Amino acid sequence: MHEYSIVQGILDAVIPSAQQANANRVLAVRLRIGDMTEVVTESLMFLWDIACEERGELVEGAELVVEEVKPRSACVVCGTEFEHDRLHVRCPKCGSAQTLLLQGRELEITAIDVDV
Amino acid sequence: MSLATIDVSQHILGKNEALAKELRDLYAKHGICVVNLLSGPGAGKTSTILATIEALKDSYHIAVIEGDIASDVDAQKVKEHGAQAVQINTGGLCHLEGAMIKRATEILDLNQTDLIIIENVGNLVCTVDFDLGESFKAMILSVPEGHDKPLKYPGIFQARNVILLNKIDTLPVFDFDTDAFYREIDDLNPNAQIFPISATKHDGMDAWITYLTQRIEEARSVALSE
Repeated sequence: MHEYSIVQGILDAVIPSAQQANANRVLAVRLRIGDMTEVVTESLMFLWDIACEERGELVEGAELVVEEVKPRSACVVCGTEFEHDRLHVRCPKCGSAQTLLLQGRELEITAIDVDV
Repeated sequence: MSLATIDVSQHILGKNEALAKELRDLYAKHGICVVNLLSGPGAGKTSTILATIEALKDSYHIAVIEGDIASDVDAQKVKEHGAQAVQINTGGLCHLEGAMIKRATEILDLNQTDLIIIENVGNLVCTVDFDLGESFKAMILSVPEGHDKPLKYPGIFQARNVILLNKIDTLPVFDFDTDAFYREIDDLNPNAQIFPISATKHDGMDAWITYLTQRIEEARSVALSE
């Protein structure tokens, strides 16, 4: 259940940003989470409300909006860019193992919606 | 009342990432190679560590940071084998985080350390996303766990370059399809190096020890050249 640490990490980042902007309330927190991380969105949602309540009024009731990011890699040998699942990362065109993951490992807070 | 959107663009585990960077710089300065050792419970992390200490203790100063939910049985064993050991009890938390490693590191004599092995909490999922400032992650799968684990827990078999396949002495009694295992790893982490070993029988340890020695020497030479 490492989602608890993830949720606390989100709030540790969100609360100072909201305070800096003199926000009265955080309405929504927007995340991008890559499919190749070990974060379960459902579990995040479950813990989110509880953690927000613990942290007080500023974040109480804030909505968590998660954009899931599908893995995408580029082949260093033939230049092909391709989407893939978690289990197959070789280049589908030339079979090379020399690929660079372009996206899919995001654990990112992109923005927060606030009431100021 | 008015609505506004604030651009945050931060890593969710930003705090942990910053700590990991701090630790990585500190280890680099002291020329220390740090291995973050991951596996499920019972795959043989402790016996692999003990066999590794046995093989390297005459050449290098070794420290082990032990992460467990409770108890210090592993740290005791490590000390008996002649390495420094720090026990971290996570008290239920399923993984180690940078802050814990930082506190453990403060206890160690870094000037007298060439290699730190972090024995992470036995868990195939939660340990994956937390950077501990390590030089590299190594993952242990043991034969009794089955050859299809990479399909069930792909994350832990990815993003690390070393996979130790332990307890190979039990291959005759378990239904472990070695070819299938190699194929799965080739699909999901084709650049991984696989070392088949039996830590308790000392089989296959030479290749792993040679690899580790190279990494320790690399860490040392980087510190010396600065």
